[in-house]
Amino acid sequence: MPPATVMPRPADQRDTGLEDAELRERLAYTWGRRPGIIGWLMTVDHKEIGRRYIVTAFAFLALGGLVAAIMRLQLARPEQHVVGPDLYNQIFTVHGSNMMFLFAVPVMQAFSIYLVPLMVGTRNIAFARVGAFSYWIYLAGGVFLWVSFILDIGPDVGWFAYVPLSGPQYGIGKRPDVWAQMITFTEVAAMATAVQTIVTVFKHRAPGMKLTEIPLFVWAMLVTAFMVIFAMPAVMVASTSLILDRLVGTHFFNPSEGGSALLFQHLFWFFGHPEVYIIFIPGTGMVSAIIETFSRRPVFGHVAVIISLVATGMLGFGLWVHHMFATGLPELGASFFTIMSMTIAIPSGLQIFCWLVTLFTGTPVIRTPLLFVFGFFFIFVLGGMTGVMVASIPIDLQVHDTYFVVAHFHYVLIGGAVFPLIGATYYWFPKITGRMMSERLGTWNFWLAFIGFNVAFFPMHILGILGMPRRVYTYQTDVGWDRLNLLSSIGAFILAASFALFFLNMLRSARVGPLAGPNPWGAGTLEWLADSPPGPHNFDHIPVVTHATPLWAERESLPIATGISVNRREILITTLAEARPEIREASPDSSIWPLLAAIATTIAFIASIFSPWAAVWGSALIGLTLIGWFWPKSMREDEE
Amino acid sequence: MKTRVVTDVSSLPRYGFGPSASTWWGTLGFCAIEGTGFALAIGMYLFLAFNNPHWPLGFAPPVHWPGTILTILLLVSLIPNVMVDRAAHAHDLPKVRWLLVLLSAVGLIAIAIRFVEFYMLIPRWDSNAYGSIVWFLLGLHATHIITDVGDTIVLTALMFTTHGRAKRFADISDNAFYWYFVVGAWLPIYYLVYWFPIL
Repeated sequence: MPPATVMPRPADQRDTGLEDAELRERLAYTWGRRPGIIGWLMTVDHKEIGRRYIVTAFAFLALGGLVAAIMRLQLARPEQHVVGPDLYNQIFTVHGSNMMFLFAVPVMQAFSIYLVPLMVGTRNIAFARVGAFSYWIYLAGGVFLWVSFILDIGPDVGWFAYVPLSGPQYGIGKRPDVWAQMITFTEVAAMATAVQTIVTVFKHRAPGMKLTEIPLFVWAMLVTAFMVIFAMPAVMVASTSLILDRLVGTHFFNPSEGGSALLFQHLFWFFGHPEVYIIFIPGTGMVSAIIETFSRRPVFGHVAVIISLVATGMLGFGLWVHHMFATGLPELGASFFTIMSMTIAIPSGLQIFCWLVTLFTGTPVIRTPLLFVFGFFFIFVLGGMTGVMVASIPIDLQVHDTYFVVAHFHYVLIGGAVFPLIGATYYWFPKITGRMMSERLGTWNFWLAFIGFNVAFFPMHILGILGMPRRVYTYQTDVGWDRLNLLSSIGAFILAASFALFFLNMLRSARVGPLAGPNPWGAGTLEWLADSPPGPHNFDHIPVVTHATPLWAERESLPIATGISVNRREILITTLAEARPEIREASPDSSIWPLLAAIATTIAFIASIFSPWAAVWGSALIGLTLIGWFWPKSMREDEE
Repeated sequence: MKTRVVTDVSSLPRYGFGPSASTWWGTLGFCAIEGTGFALAIGMYLFLAFNNPHWPLGFAPPVHWPGTILTILLLVSLIPNVMVDRAAHAHDLPKVRWLLVLLSAVGLIAIAIRFVEFYMLIPRWDSNAYGSIVWFLLGLHATHIITDVGDTIVLTALMFTTHGRAKRFADISDNAFYWYFVVGAWLPIYYLVYWFPIL
């Protein structure tokens, strides 16, 4: 057969009746991109964007881990001089900001960008060019933070950059501005991705996939996307107001002119607490996917888990003040937030019981992804229990700003999100690369991570109770913190070794791992219908869904929809609730404009920490690139 | 895996209006993000107002006339906005063209009113926290007017070219949808900035 490039191309060739080989070739040609660096820069394929996002987020994880290692070296013994106090301030700020804004949220969204379209049975993500723009903006924000750090203008005001420390009076040079504008970059990227995810899940699902038949990972990413939309504007308002206070002399946070420092805390934590769930809820989605596949049965209480996810997402907005118990709030208000903080344990607990029932009533197959889920159970439950402790105001006041809190949130975030994430990487790596990761290295990876994590962070609970405050660059010999700190540092290096092994396993397996085939785990959701790695068009046929685990429900033959174009990028739009086919909508072609718009945005954002006029001419510059992006390049585009 | 055809979608249209199309939902998503931004800015205003015993911090509220004229203009603009949405659904190109020209002109006048107001506005943004939040609210809304008017002007130009057909009518409808949001978001800000301090 001649290659698709030279095959005759009727104006509107449909997939109906085409032979499998020809269909595949034509679709791959239509959805593929041009080769070379320009093609690479222009691509809008969700899989390529998702892969880039994942690789970049893991690179930031490695960088954040490196500076964490420097902190643990510094604290391993009393009165060390590995780094001085000024650099230490920058290091812990960059570590926290990096891990939250450049690693944890983006890596979850990255998996979503890659997997959600595959799991709902479509050929690309909604607003694919927005996805490319989102990635470039995210990359620019991350590079901006790290280059600033290398140039000794890294932020040094903590990951939440409280005023007045970050305000015009105390914030040195441009350091807090770097933090504030890095926020703008990453939040624009995250919100754009959130809109893409919601529209993909609402409107791009395969025919027949009712709301209750959406895979639990996709549900988790949908709830997360809604949380991003309603939480992240708060931190953008906070960081923008902070820049205005610093650059043009506004007084939002200046108490002597009627402003309020607490206002900044409210704005920050209205974002900051949902942020924890923005990181954790995708982790639960990953756990659901892994448990389902390795228990060989659908998750027990599928609908109950969905309700738990939605409830967690909603309750997550009623907790923010528990970060501010030490600020002297009215007692009634503080009690309300205590109640809310304890209430959210209920939906989380419900999910855990559903997973346990699934495991007990299934036939579990123990593989590396499931090992990391077991690690998640142990660590996250411990973190949840200390969470209930610090939700209580008297305990919170005792341990506020101590290492107890550092231990708590690392148990919640690493246990609740990073362990599922590593498990998920082992689980979906074959889909993304076409090759299996090493189980032997995976087992070593798990045990080193599990032991290293607990040795590193459990002693911090005790250090906190002993009174060791957060963010100190050293401590004296006579305070009794040295042995526990040394133990914690040893654990941190074991944990670092586990990550080194993880990266090594990925790099090695991507080249020489055994070939996976489409469905190496025998899983039931639609991403496993596609090739490993999937072709540019994801699926040769658009599946019709009748069950939450379609590949288990339809083992003999898969129901499909036909009538879709093969020589234009066409996706099926379906109704919100029942997923009935509604429109054959065009999906965007590759374009350089998202990159150009991202470059214009980067110039405007960075310049506007130096001059307020940059917001004016920068907006005009961005506007021009957006017009270029929007303006049709051919008459065919108008018809689509 | 073997397949069996259970449905054929070849007769479906290639674009749609309103909630049946992706773009409508995307626009709604960005309205939700920006609406949250407005709600937070209003929350900031109220937080500062209730945390200061004397509000508005030594200044009289801004003269309401520019805001009132703008409010009337925005509300009246809803009529051609509804009309352009309907004309777009009917694929009525001549009507869409003149209504877009009208809406672009209305938008430019709205921007002019807002900039005249900025020029006259007392207090300044750096006078105190009251001045800061008033400028913040007005500035935040001004950026939305400018964004939508910019979009309207580009669409107007587009509809006078050979591209003014088919799917572009759905773009017109989505642009009209966004204008409802811009007008709707203004009303609570109008009350807060000009009337809340004296009522």
